[in-house]
Amino acid sequence: MAGKTLYDKLWDAHVVRTEADGTALLYIDRHLVHEVTSPQAFEGLRLTGRQPWRRNSIVAMPDHNTPTDPGFTRIDDPVSRTQVETLDANARELDLPSYFPIGDLRRGIVHVAGPEQGATLPGMTVVCGDSHTATHGALGALAFGVGTSEVEHVMATQCLIQKKSKTLLIRVDGAVGPGVTAKDIILAIIGHIGTAGGTGYAIEFGGSAIQALSMEGRLTVCNMAIEAGARAGMVAVDDTTIAYVKDRPFAPKDELWERAVAAWRELHSDPDAVFDRVVTLDAAAIKPQVTWGTSPEMVVAVDQAVPDPAQEADATKRAGMERALQYMGLQPNTPMTAIMLDRVFIGSCTNGRIEDLRAAAAVIQGRKVASSLKQALVVPGSGLVKQQAEAEGLDQVFTAAGFEWREPGCSMCLAMNADRLLPGEHCAATSNRNFEGRQGQGGRTHLVSPAMAAAAALAGHFVDVRTF
Amino acid sequence: MKPFTRLDGLVAMVDRANIDTDAIIPKQFLKSIKRSGFGPNLFDEWRYLDHGEPDQDCSGRPLNPDFILNQPRYQGASILLARENFGCGSSREHAVWALENFGIRCVIAPSFADIFFNNCFKNGVLPLCLPVETMDRLFAAVEGTPGYRLVVDLPAQTVTTPDGTAFAFEVDQSRKQCLINGWDDIGLTLRHAEEIRSYEAQRRVAAPWLFA
Repeated sequence: MAGKTLYDKLWDAHVVRTEADGTALLYIDRHLVHEVTSPQAFEGLRLTGRQPWRRNSIVAMPDHNTPTDPGFTRIDDPVSRTQVETLDANARELDLPSYFPIGDLRRGIVHVAGPEQGATLPGMTVVCGDSHTATHGALGALAFGVGTSEVEHVMATQCLIQKKSKTLLIRVDGAVGPGVTAKDIILAIIGHIGTAGGTGYAIEFGGSAIQALSMEGRLTVCNMAIEAGARAGMVAVDDTTIAYVKDRPFAPKDELWERAVAAWRELHSDPDAVFDRVVTLDAAAIKPQVTWGTSPEMVVAVDQAVPDPAQEADATKRAGMERALQYMGLQPNTPMTAIMLDRVFIGSCTNGRIEDLRAAAAVIQGRKVASSLKQALVVPGSGLVKQQAEAEGLDQVFTAAGFEWREPGCSMCLAMNADRLLPGEHCAATSNRNFEGRQGQGGRTHLVSPAMAAAAALAGHFVDVRTF
Repeated sequence: MKPFTRLDGLVAMVDRANIDTDAIIPKQFLKSIKRSGFGPNLFDEWRYLDHGEPDQDCSGRPLNPDFILNQPRYQGASILLARENFGCGSSREHAVWALENFGIRCVIAPSFADIFFNNCFKNGVLPLCLPVETMDRLFAAVEGTPGYRLVVDLPAQTVTTPDGTAFAFEVDQSRKQCLINGWDDIGLTLRHAEEIRSYEAQRRVAAPWLFA
């Protein structure tokens, strides 16, 4: 019999029961909750008189609607305020033991704060009413996003009704060149397999280029598994994982730590495991990536040009490209480096961690944001990332260059708070989605790495960070 | 949940691939703490010429004449045709709530994004996949025939055209039963509460750090 994949191991360890048609009841260890997708679930519990099954499995915090203005004292938008206050009230009513409200230093984007607290551990099943839950798979966990009905289901039963996914191994072999980051790796993968390439699969990212990534880098890669269509992305546990988890507040201590580490050492695919599909990429061939369109798969290397729909044979794809170019206000064959920018956004659950801010600051050091830019924003992923960055003086590097240094939150990734693009504006963003209207109605998003965003902010247009 | 058995409905279409949930229901409407009232904001940025805000009366807003669902012939549609990877992106269940509230009970596409697909079944909406060639035929038929209707029969797993041509579709049997009966998933799962407790008890011994 063939060995097991990492996904098989995580799945098997969490099956409570399986129906004849293969549908399983899967136990959920960690439930992350934010203000946007939870109010109707809490209300559902109330209406049915149900209680949360295991309150201490829930780690909750507001992130999507929270203002990022330095030292803000209230949320001006009454609808946003109500949503955050509703989470406050639900956490209070149910006496949730791990609630990080506004003002708590631990609060941040749930996918940044969760791993940072050690609240997401190797071997766990992790869910959240948020598609970027795939992020936590970087720790060797099975993590995926769910809708609000399933948020309620997990609260009430600690389980989810699931069918097993197929398995896809994406192996990135070799070493990336200087200036090429985890973000470029995942964008190149999405460009290669397409935005639906991973639909129906759980992706394991492997190969020497993935193993060489820091935990922050792996979190970035897994974060965007959903942009390749896969609900879950994951990376095998190794020394990097264990070193990252050690001594975090929720991580096991002492003798329990030793036992946990022994169990976590098994969390990798067996050498003879068989995947349903394998895709390989050559790390050395990956260049810094920039998206040109309105889907993350519409991506090219920075030294390339905007593609020409006339060269596309498939009619549906061609229509999609034409529509995207019209929305983006771009002409085919325009060099990516000729695209002028209005704003730059560094942050999000994809690239709002300390390493991301260090990479951006290293490019900026001593230089100034281009005068043509309307705004350059840095939004740390959590209160602790912000604190760490300030301890390292990174905030000074950013503000001296003309960047705004903000409070943590999802911010301009999806513009549910006041940070947004105006119609027609082009933005270099370190976030994860370039959909129409994502960063504000009519806004034009280009996804890039933190280093590429920083370089673009200085130049006022995209530049190749490798030669900048 | 509203049961879904047989639907004889007017068909509308949005002929695009990769329609994401940000397009289906833009972010500003996610600030609602309710589960209803999203219908007027379905496809808000494509449907109206102005910028929409939550709790706004949409009846007087300027409609985008170029957006296909605004055409009089599609008013009252309960079946929506779309292209590959419908519902990609964000997990927001609000996308399904908006479709359902608008009157759509069935979405037919060659493929769906996983989370959206799953969310449909929790809300009495049937997402069903038909091959690209069949979709091409249906798109052409809808375009050429104002008032075009389809009959979706979930127990029989068929989609039938006005000329009697029936296309079979696949659906997961447990999901099918839940949809036909309008069952509440949570109630079903709680029937296995003892098994969940005994699983939990074993895990507390084997991996106690998961329960800290």
